[in-house]
This record gives sequence, C-alpha cells and structure tokens, in this order.
Amino acid sequence: MPTTKELKAIASQIRRDIVRMVHGAASGHPGGSLSAADYLVALHFEIMNHTSKPFDMDGVGQDIFILSNGHISPAYYSVLARSGYFPISELSTFRQLHTRLQGHPATMEKLPGIRIASGSLGQGLSVAVGVSRAKKINNDDKLVYCLMGDGELDEGQPWEAMAYCGGKKVDNIIAAVDYNHKQIDGDTDDVMPLLDLKAKITAFGWDVLECNGNDMDEVVSTLKIAKEHTGKEKPVMILLHTQMGMGVDFMMGTHKWHGAAPSDEQTEKALSQLEETLGDY
Amino acid sequence: MKYEVLNYKDTRSGFGEGLFELGQENEKVVALCADLIGSLKMNAFAEAFPKRFFQVGIAEANMIGMAAGLTIGGKIPFTGTFANFSTSRVFDQIRQAVAYSGKNVKICASHAGITLGEDGATHQVLEDIAMMKALPGMTIINPCDFNQTKQATKVIADFEGPVYLRFGRPKVATFIPEDMPFEIGKAIVLKEGTDVTIVATGHLVWEALNAADMLEEKGVNAEVVNIHTIKPLDEEAVLKSVKKTGCVVTAEEHNVMGGLGESISGLLARTMPVPVEMVAVKDSFGQSGKPDELMELYGLKDKNIVEAAEKVMTRK
Repeated sequence: MPTTKELKAIASQIRRDIVRMVHGAASGHPGGSLSAADYLVALHFEIMNHTSKPFDMDGVGQDIFILSNGHISPAYYSVLARSGYFPISELSTFRQLHTRLQGHPATMEKLPGIRIASGSLGQGLSVAVGVSRAKKINNDDKLVYCLMGDGELDEGQPWEAMAYCGGKKVDNIIAAVDYNHKQIDGDTDDVMPLLDLKAKITAFGWDVLECNGNDMDEVVSTLKIAKEHTGKEKPVMILLHTQMGMGVDFMMGTHKWHGAAPSDEQTEKALSQLEETLGDY
Repeated sequence: MKYEVLNYKDTRSGFGEGLFELGQENEKVVALCADLIGSLKMNAFAEAFPKRFFQVGIAEANMIGMAAGLTIGGKIPFTGTFANFSTSRVFDQIRQAVAYSGKNVKICASHAGITLGEDGATHQVLEDIAMMKALPGMTIINPCDFNQTKQATKVIADFEGPVYLRFGRPKVATFIPEDMPFEIGKAIVLKEGTDVTIVATGHLVWEALNAADMLEEKGVNAEVVNIHTIKPLDEEAVLKSVKKTGCVVTAEEHNVMGGLGESISGLLARTMPVPVEMVAVKDSFGQSGKPDELMELYGLKDKNIVEAAEKVMTRK
C-alpha cells in the first residue's frame, strides 16, 4: 500500500499530465480534472481492488469505477495509464485524429480501462447502478464507484438514479460528487443553485459523507469509512469539497478554466508549480 | 401459399411469452421495466425471476443507463416500456450509453404506432424507427404478429449488440406459422408475384397479404415481402424481388419521414431506380380513436396498399 506521501507524489504527476495533455491538444477541460485528481488517485492507487492487465470489461471479482463527468478525461486517462492500463506514452495522443484517447471517454476505440462512454452529462450513476445489480446477481462482493460533477446534478437523471438506489436499498455502491461549485457559465450558486445538497441526497435515502477532496489524507480515510458503510442497505455518497483548478494558482477559484487550454507561457508557469515525480510522458 | 388466421393476439404478448421462455433458458437474460409490467406482458418473467427483474419506476433514462451497466458483468438486459418512452424520451441515453458504447442491450418497445389507439398522439410514436435508424450499429426489428414477435424476442438474446424491438398493443391476426424460420436481417417472401412488390413491416404485413388477395381478384400478381428487420436491411431480397416486378409499394405504421419506405427508396435510388409508392402516416401526429378507425383515417389499410399498387404500376 502506498503512503500518503507517495499518493501525493502520484497526484502531482497526474496534474502535470493534465496540464501537458490539454496544452498539447490545445483543448480539453483542465479545471475539473485538477479538482478531481486526488480522489481518482486515492481510488485507483489505494482503495480499489482492480486489475489493469489484462483489462476485463466485465470486471467480475474487481471493484469497478464509472466516470460520469466524462470531460475530466485528462485526469482519468492519466490515472489509467499510470496504473498500467495502457502505455503512458499514449497520453500524448489525447484528442488527436485516430486516438484511443477521445475528447471524452469512449469504448469504441477499445482503450483499456474504459467501460462506458461518458460526456453527455448525468448518465454515469445509472450505469454504475446497473453494474452494481450485475454484481449482486453474480454474487460478486466487490464494489462499484462512481464520480459525478456538481454541475451535472442540474440534470434529472442523477436524481432518478439516486431515487432508485435509496428506494431499493442499493448498498454496494459508493458514489462521489466533485463539489467544486463551478460549472461552465459560472458558480453553481448562480447557474443553478444546488441548495442544501447534503440534505437533498440524504432525503433520497443515502448515507452522505463529506471531506476535503483535495486533502489526500482525508480522501483516503473517507473512502475507507465509506467502504465500511457499504452492505448496510443504504447507498453511500461522498461530497468531495474541492477547488476547480487545484494545484495551479491561476486556474483556481474560477470557472474560466473549465474548458480552456493554457498557452505555452501559462503551461510553463503551471508546470513550475507541479513537481515532476514519476517522469513526464 | 395461403395464410390462415391462426388466432387474434397482441404482439406484446408474443414478447412476454418469448421473454419468459428466455428467462428459463438463458440465465444471463435480465429485464427492466418502467412501471408498465402489465402493459408489456412482463408479469411472467417478473414473477418467475425476481432476482433478474428490475422495476425502475417511471424513470426511463435511469432504466437505459442501468441496462447499459448490467452488460458490464455479462448480463443481457431487456428493457420494457412504450415505444415513445423507449426512444424519444431516452434518445441521448441510448445514443451514448448503449449504441456508442456498443452495449448488448435489447430495447423492447410496445404500443408503437397509431394502433395504440385511444390514448392519442402523446403516446403514439410514429418517429421511433427514424430515430433508431440514425444510430450507428443499432439493429431494428419490427415483427408482424404474435408468433414472429415471440421468435424475434428469443433470437435477439443470442445476437451480440444493441437491438430495438418494436411491437404493438392491439390484438391482430396471427398468421406466421410457429415453425417458420426467423433470421435477423433476412426478409421473408410471404407470397411470390411478378407485377408489383409490396414491402411491409409490423402490423402492415397482414394488410399487405390482404391487399395481395384483393389485387389477385383484379388480375394483378403481387409479391409480398415481410421486412421484419428494418436495419440492417435485406437489400439482396428487396433487389431480387424488384428485378422481377419493376415497382414497389412500401407499407408501415410510421411516419413516412425516416421509415422503411425511405430505406427502400434510398436503396433503389442507389442501385435500381424504379417507381415507389409509400403507405405510411403522411408527416403528421396521430389522435385518439380505435385502432381500426385510425388505420382507416391515416390510410394504412389493405385498400390503401391496393391503391398504391395500382398507381405505382402505371408509373413503370
């Protein structure tokens, strides 16, 4: 098991990958990728029981992660590559013609690690619920994880899925919201206020945990607590209090870096703030 | 060959019976329903296989997403709701989580077309084939009677890939013999003829056979081709028939826009231009009424096929 220090070092490299991929493609979504990086690292390098090689679509006997907010693909691709699903060098093909690393995650190009296309928002939790039901039928005691953005909770479908899980006592799922309070057009409080999100999800029958989603110690310990809360006839949700653009000072605290690529100069400045720990691709 | 009416049954019951038998034969088959178990005739499956059945409530988007997820773990999910809520309500979910993701989901849609009847246009989807046809990799099957619907339901479980299975509400003539072979993508020539080809799908197949009898009395020898699989289209069978007859009437319970008629016309325009007439709803919504009254009002009866056949033959 890696130490917190080691996980933080991985997260730093993931953040470098995110900035370099978006810069290389001159497009992509760095803001949410940077805010969710710590959670994705904790999940893939510490919490989940998963096998990267050979990649098995059905994942029977493994924990499965479903990404709902597909636009944070740079973070997801980097985490998958660095946990062995495909060559790290392939990160340089992000968003290029004929790449397996499509702008938003897709299964058609058969990139190992991707089990469902995502990008059109609000769909991932339903997919995760389906995976969790297959696990029940298969007597597979492993868990299903799902990450959603806070902005995509404007959609109706996540609430359909939440109603199902609470109402039907789905208890082998740990969902999370990257609660960075930003979406394309501005603050979530201005675009479409989520009001008391914890109370709303609790009212849907979920066990809701909260943590600082950019503090590796807290993320890991909260995920461990979440695991202990499974199997008790309740779905578990973690509200990850994060900052969009975390780790790059000029990308933090604004929605402006939701879907914008940094210039050469901005990239240099960003990378100077992120330690190269595992070697750039 | 002459087709006898074996009985009058709804095609949705063919689906229900096929699904129940699948449940007994294939443990990978699971089913989901959005609060329409009775309407979709899914009761038998739901009662016999409760662990493999998911009542999702009136939440079709979640149902499609869950179905996609159930394939991850090796299940073969069959979703059940009305055709309208199986397509237009959830087009984006089907597009991303099922079709683009290449998931082995069977979208089973009842109450298609105007023969849903009294509920009116909110429920009478006449655009579903158009929507599903536009999705890459989607197989579309519109069987014509109870027996063919049951056959189709069972066959699609062994077919890897997304399928849209379309059937209806009213009791209609059953005339396909139980032992008639059913192969996805293979049209069935129900009656051979030399003067005009009638290509029909769904409830209009029986109308087409009746139309062929009526034409026979007028000295016209019509060939009737049952297209149960609208996509992929059995181009070879259509071209083989048209080569003989030189003209085509298409017949379907769907909007003329984006339906079977356009598929056939496109094929012929590319390969063998001949006159085509289309019997379909002429770009309008439906309305409340009894199924027969609506078939009459929207020009989907055997007599309309006869008229179209007589017209198309003059254009040869």
